[in-house]
Amino acid sequence: MEELNIEFLADDFEFVGDKQDITIDQVLPSKPAWKDAIDRFCKNKGAVIGLICIAIIILFAIFAPMISKWEFDDINTALANIKPCAQHIFGTDSYGRDLFVRTWKGTRISLFIACVAIVIDVVVGMIYGLISGYFGGKVDAIMQRFQEIVNSIPTLVVLTLLLMVMKSSLFTIIVALSFTEWIGMSRITRAQVLKIKEEEFVLASRTLGASSFFIIFKEILPNIYSQLIIMVMMSIPNAIFYEAYLSFVGLGLPIPAASLGTLINDGFDKITVYPYQMVIPVVVFSILMLSFNLVGDGLRDALDPTMKEM
Amino acid sequence: MSKSTLKYIGKRLLISIATLFIILVVLFLMVKFLPGSPINNEKLSAGARAAIEAKYGLDKPIPVQFVYYVKSMLTGDFGVSYNMYKDMKVATLVGKAAKISFMYGIIAVIIGTIIGMALGVFAALHKNTIWDTLATALSVLGVSIPSFVFAMLILIVFASKLKILPTGYSSRNAIVSSIMPISALSVGVIANVARFTRTEMVSVLNSEYMTLAKAKGLDRKTLIMKHALRNSLIPVITILGPILVNLMTGTMVVEKICSVPGLGKLLVNSITSNDINIILACSFLYAAMYIIMMLIIDVSYGIIDPRIRLGKDE
Repeated sequence: MEELNIEFLADDFEFVGDKQDITIDQVLPSKPAWKDAIDRFCKNKGAVIGLICIAIIILFAIFAPMISKWEFDDINTALANIKPCAQHIFGTDSYGRDLFVRTWKGTRISLFIACVAIVIDVVVGMIYGLISGYFGGKVDAIMQRFQEIVNSIPTLVVLTLLLMVMKSSLFTIIVALSFTEWIGMSRITRAQVLKIKEEEFVLASRTLGASSFFIIFKEILPNIYSQLIIMVMMSIPNAIFYEAYLSFVGLGLPIPAASLGTLINDGFDKITVYPYQMVIPVVVFSILMLSFNLVGDGLRDALDPTMKEM
Repeated sequence: MSKSTLKYIGKRLLISIATLFIILVVLFLMVKFLPGSPINNEKLSAGARAAIEAKYGLDKPIPVQFVYYVKSMLTGDFGVSYNMYKDMKVATLVGKAAKISFMYGIIAVIIGTIIGMALGVFAALHKNTIWDTLATALSVLGVSIPSFVFAMLILIVFASKLKILPTGYSSRNAIVSSIMPISALSVGVIANVARFTRTEMVSVLNSEYMTLAKAKGLDRKTLIMKHALRNSLIPVITILGPILVNLMTGTMVVEKICSVPGLGKLLVNSITSNDINIILACSFLYAAMYIIMMLIIDVSYGIIDPRIRLGKDE
């Protein structure tokens, strides 16, 4: 082999620069995932505004009926159909009931119905999805067919018929709502379980002798929380809408109880004469729907940036 | 169409028919167990009531009634109305109402898609400008607020205050009286389509084949119309199915507000007067429409993208 004969001279080299010029990789302080998500959420203006609106509406719903000197079912026909004024901020209805109290009381009940129904949905849907996705095979096939059949009856038809058979009350509305909404939850859960159960950490857990119960609740469940939270936020406006729909069809809460739906329905009968009686609950209802949607969108972007829009 | 596609469609069809049958059974049982008798007349004596029940075949056991109902249903006979429209054929009543509802729904989808796509393309082309923000805000508003709120708004402003539009439906003035419900229904469609079109369009505009097309020196018009729009069209078409299904939810309340004699209003009225044959026919029609739409969506997905197949979704 020929020997290389290269001689280096001093000016073959060039001074690159001081050490200060060399860029150093910046090490950001380590941040837990949830904090990262919160930061991303706060950057989304719409979502933050939505969250503030929800907070304000909840505060009003809790405290306004307590502070006001009127009761939501005080009937006084001498004070009927008063336009909004200092005494009655939102006016009164045809029985002389103060609409300010009724609106917030109604918001409280609507939110209560929605939240309870969603909690039931999450529990039922999650367990259904976990079992169906984790065990697979025959169990999965049967559970999926059942779910498909339930899912292919339009929600409104189920709701309407259920409430016709059962007597309409707070309890039956919640039952009817939870009967229809759990499917979405179970689908998301199942899809996630199918994805996660193939991961290595589940395999590792299984080789260590973990039981199915342990794997489902300790290994898989914590990984699907974010999807469930997003689904919950997206489902609440649905539940509020269905409650309003039921009241509109005449299957809502019995009088004198008020929900946003019944208030809108009562106001609708006098829409041409006293439009404010309907406009006010509709505005609260719309803000609520819009805010939950904005927060849901924001949460989706913050928690799971890969989830597709729509 | 390949053999596997046909097999897939056949399987899907079979499942749909089975589902429809199960739904019919469930609906029938539910309706039979409704509180109160379908013959709402307190003054009737026990004998007269029995006579009426015998006339409508209500005295027979429920399984027999069901078999009889299914048999006559297959020949297009859905029974007669018990109290709302005395002894009128349910099939005619429901048919008349469904025609209006369908027409409104389809027109709303067509109008909504056209305007929505225009809005979405506009927003995508002016990405990150004030116009984009405005269009996005509008579509968020339209997506989250249900159509009946818009119907009420139009009713208060245009019908009650300005008196431009009629407050109710009249068959003599069918076109003018349909403006209100159709525009209320199409708001949601516009918003959904606009939002989806924008997302699709933005991702298409950022793709490499668009850069190539631009590098070839194509003018802006061909670039957008021929390359960008066409490619974002397919995904948009696929969401029309779910939108149509969603629209059905909206029509029921919108029909009540605009007093349109459609399917939703018929169902609501039959509920209040306990007219079980109409309830049954309307609910079944809703379910059937829903299932048929789902079937069309699934099958067309299967044809567009053969990777999507039933039972292989893992």
